[in-house]
Amino acid sequence: MVFLEFEKPLEKLYEQLDKIKQVGEEGIVDVTEMMRELETKIRNTRKDIYSNLTGWQKVQLSRHPERPYTLYYISQMCKKFIELHGDRCVKDDKAIVGGLASFEGQTVVIIGHQKGINTKMRQYRNFGMANPEGYRKALRLMKLAERFNFPVITLIDTPGAYPGLEAEERGQAEAIARNLFEMAQLRVPIVCVVIGEGASGGAIGIGLGDRVYMLENTWYSVISPESCSSILWHSWDYKEQAAEALKLTADHMFEFGLIDGIIKEPVGGAHAAPEEMAKLLKKQIKKALTELQEMEPDERIEARINKYANMGVYDTEPSDVPKKEK
Amino acid sequence: MGWFKRLKEGIQTATRNKKEAPEGLWYKCKECKETSTMKELRENFFKCPHCGHHVRIGSHDYFDLIFDGDQYEELFTDLRSKDILGFKDLKPYPERLQEAMKKSGLTDAIAVARGKVNKKNLVIAAMDFNFIGGSMGSVVGQKIAMAIDYCLDTRSPLLIISKTGGARMMESAFSLMQMAKTSAKLTQLAKARIPYFSLLTDPTTGGVTASFAMLGDINFSEPAALIGFAGPRVIKETIKKDLPEGFQTSEFLLEHGFLDFITDRKDLRETLSDLLNLYDL
Repeated sequence: MVFLEFEKPLEKLYEQLDKIKQVGEEGIVDVTEMMRELETKIRNTRKDIYSNLTGWQKVQLSRHPERPYTLYYISQMCKKFIELHGDRCVKDDKAIVGGLASFEGQTVVIIGHQKGINTKMRQYRNFGMANPEGYRKALRLMKLAERFNFPVITLIDTPGAYPGLEAEERGQAEAIARNLFEMAQLRVPIVCVVIGEGASGGAIGIGLGDRVYMLENTWYSVISPESCSSILWHSWDYKEQAAEALKLTADHMFEFGLIDGIIKEPVGGAHAAPEEMAKLLKKQIKKALTELQEMEPDERIEARINKYANMGVYDTEPSDVPKKEK
Repeated sequence: MGWFKRLKEGIQTATRNKKEAPEGLWYKCKECKETSTMKELRENFFKCPHCGHHVRIGSHDYFDLIFDGDQYEELFTDLRSKDILGFKDLKPYPERLQEAMKKSGLTDAIAVARGKVNKKNLVIAAMDFNFIGGSMGSVVGQKIAMAIDYCLDTRSPLLIISKTGGARMMESAFSLMQMAKTSAKLTQLAKARIPYFSLLTDPTTGGVTASFAMLGDINFSEPAALIGFAGPRVIKETIKKDLPEGFQTSEFLLEHGFLDFITDRKDLRETLSDLLNLYDL
């Protein structure tokens, strides 16, 4: 088990539990009662810790190495999945996966960022940081979905679009912009869920939809707390303050009206009970698709554009008339 | 060996005896280090008279350069940024806004105006880099959305002049959503078959490049502008290699197929007029 820094009290309790178990195995003392007590204590401690998470702690949870990723959720939620590769221009980006799947008796196109499960795979997946090919593959699959009237599901989990030399040469910005433009007018329903990290353009590049949800312990922001700290505080050490200032948690995002809902995670986070998490995720996506499929495409597109057009807060009755200082 | 030897180190002239040129009279070029008068610079379309370097200018300078007889009407001037998040880094966001307003005399990082170019209607939304780095927050997104609605109502073409570091951090996810908002609104313009021209100027990076700036029916740029998604420093730190000469310049983007053409600032008005004529508007 991997324990995050704020989970240290739990780690100690688990250590105690292991010791008691060992004693119990020796068969001299009856430890069942002690074990039961300790397990209750663990449950309560976990509940305590998880009911008061700070922004930064949620960021850490969203990056937990044991957290389930896109392909896991697909395998749990979909009966059949055929992965489709390549953008038909340059190559196949491993940081974004996608394909045709059977979801609750209907065919869907499901797309998501994919991180690696171990060191080797993390590199192979480029840590979930897509190049333009990834966004163009995603667009190709969405267009395919549109042609055959399959709904689109996207799962978001990225520390950002890859800031590399080739990415710039091949138009990282254009690829993301094009996706936003095309997704706004896609004639099939789009449901997006942030399942881990939702960093900036890299996230929204597959994240414009009729419904956007966030898992409880994820974040969505214009910049990662680390980069924000480095730019605004001129130091990497203010990531915790930055995480608070950016108001990047699911609760904040819902309060601001920038997402449509929050999907609760099991106590201890998605990785503590991945199967249960997948069930909860599936339930919410199914509900959203049912609602969306009752609408006409034009009506759906109009509602989608209006939803985004209404995002933004500003004053319209200025008290000032600024004058340039001499 | 030098001919002269400095006897006393440092600057000896007292501050009160310092000879200062009045601000706004001279311009020293960042590229060629040559000096010219502001008048010369202005007459040369804000390009260095010696090397042709395109100096960063503001929204109203562009309006003056492009519209017939410098005549235009500014639209949507009563929008102001709001501190929704209570954002505070080293300074609270409202303080930054006040400072930016005082320093620039502007109300936010974009201004929208309507006017005519060789008697043809045009709406221009131009960004101002000296307002918090030309960053896009709710007001920038909303003004672009309103400009698009105005263009839909009046069937006038739209020009957006980008000059920005990207999305505004102090509005966090609200800024991020402006990427979706502006892109979604632009699809309405495309559906109504109203042309949208995107002029990318030095610098255009981040969330703006990754949304409306790259979505023009025609994307064009001024010479030697920095255009990209990630900033050069970030890329250098990521790949741990030096970046090639001319990386992320207008010329680089033209070469890689992301710009339609590059236009010198002195030809900007003429180019736009030609485009409007060819579109038969």
